[in-house]
Amino acid sequence: MQMTLTINGQDHSVEAPAATLLVEVLRDQLGLTGTHIGCDTSQCGACNVLIDGAAVKACTMLAAQAQGAQVTTIEGLGSTDALHPMQQAFREAHGLQCGFCTPGMVMAGMEMVRKHGTTLTPELVTHELEGNLCRCTGYINIVKAIVAGAAAMETQNA
Amino acid sequence: MRDFALHRPGSLSAATAAFAGTDGEAAYLAGGHTLIPAMKSRLRMPDALVDLTGLGLSGISRDGDRLWIGATTLHADVATGATAIPGLACLAAGIGDAQVRNRGTLGGSIANNDPAADYPAAALALAAVIETDRGSFGADDFFQGMFTTALAESEIITRVGFAIPQQSSYAKFRHPASRYAMVGVYVARHAAQGSNTWRVAVTGAGTGVFRWTDAEAALNAGSDTAGLVLAADDLNSDIHASAEYRAHLCGVMMKQALATLA
Repeated sequence: MQMTLTINGQDHSVEAPAATLLVEVLRDQLGLTGTHIGCDTSQCGACNVLIDGAAVKACTMLAAQAQGAQVTTIEGLGSTDALHPMQQAFREAHGLQCGFCTPGMVMAGMEMVRKHGTTLTPELVTHELEGNLCRCTGYINIVKAIVAGAAAMETQNA
Repeated sequence: MRDFALHRPGSLSAATAAFAGTDGEAAYLAGGHTLIPAMKSRLRMPDALVDLTGLGLSGISRDGDRLWIGATTLHADVATGATAIPGLACLAAGIGDAQVRNRGTLGGSIANNDPAADYPAAALALAAVIETDRGSFGADDFFQGMFTTALAESEIITRVGFAIPQQSSYAKFRHPASRYAMVGVYVARHAAQGSNTWRVAVTGAGTGVFRWTDAEAALNAGSDTAGLVLAADDLNSDIHASAEYRAHLCGVMMKQALATLA
């Protein structure tokens, strides 16, 4: 079927079967491979993207369901030259090891700021991260990164 | 996932027409957080999906002693918007994880009636009225055991009206991976109707949500519930927990819920 998706502010006309998942269109058709497929069973959060600002698992959503919405992927958040404050915080706090889960973790951090504002406690972040799995870090530095990244977003907006 | 025809109707009548007009199996799609995983694993292979999210069935409103929540209202929106029933808001805030709550819907959960889902316990304990495109059901008649409801083949839930209780609370022991309830207990104290004020609903423990009538009777009589034990005979036993373990958890979860009434 023919669908029009708005990804990182740009409209894309895509021809794909109705059964195509959003993450498949992003990675296979548009080459936006920053969004990862970890478990493919809605558990790990590596495929998190923002739909109208809200974090969702792109492996559990049909691409066709994203029509009419603003989709933001990790590529739309910052660039290698100008990282988003949440990305920069992961770098500074060493919030990653292998990096596979990182795009989803960053998006989970964005969701926390959307819901709770820029002042986050480690306890809240730990709780809100229940939909994201990391197999390397033990989460300690991820939590630090999200707390710091949220605070940096406040500074950026000030 | 096997391909299918996707319909995105803008009205209830167009939705039921698309469902009825499918040559083969049709299924309704709301948040898709049960259906899409089931289709990916080919447990479900519908020929057509009918998307219900364009029907305007989202929203929360209070009408007298009931809180009405539209069928496609997201768990995340119930968590923040169902302020008239704190126990229900708290239940919604504990479904799945943050990303799941941004997609999953009340109507989808209730129509699916997973034996370990959270919302059916709230619907039963809060004496919900489940309205559809062709009538309505009381919660006591609606849930009919594992993945079974009173809904007809193409019937669509439009909204659910929860009786606003004096106090209520939900406590669950979650499976750490799936986040479904190993056992969840919703207790609600309603405005007195004779001597019956309490309703206690249990999910996760049996083949479907059920009312724990002995607990209700004890609470109505004002007697101590500490010694109450649910018979394990009809409860689930699997690799996660034995029936006896679940029976014990029912008592523990009820105690937790009673301690956090709001």
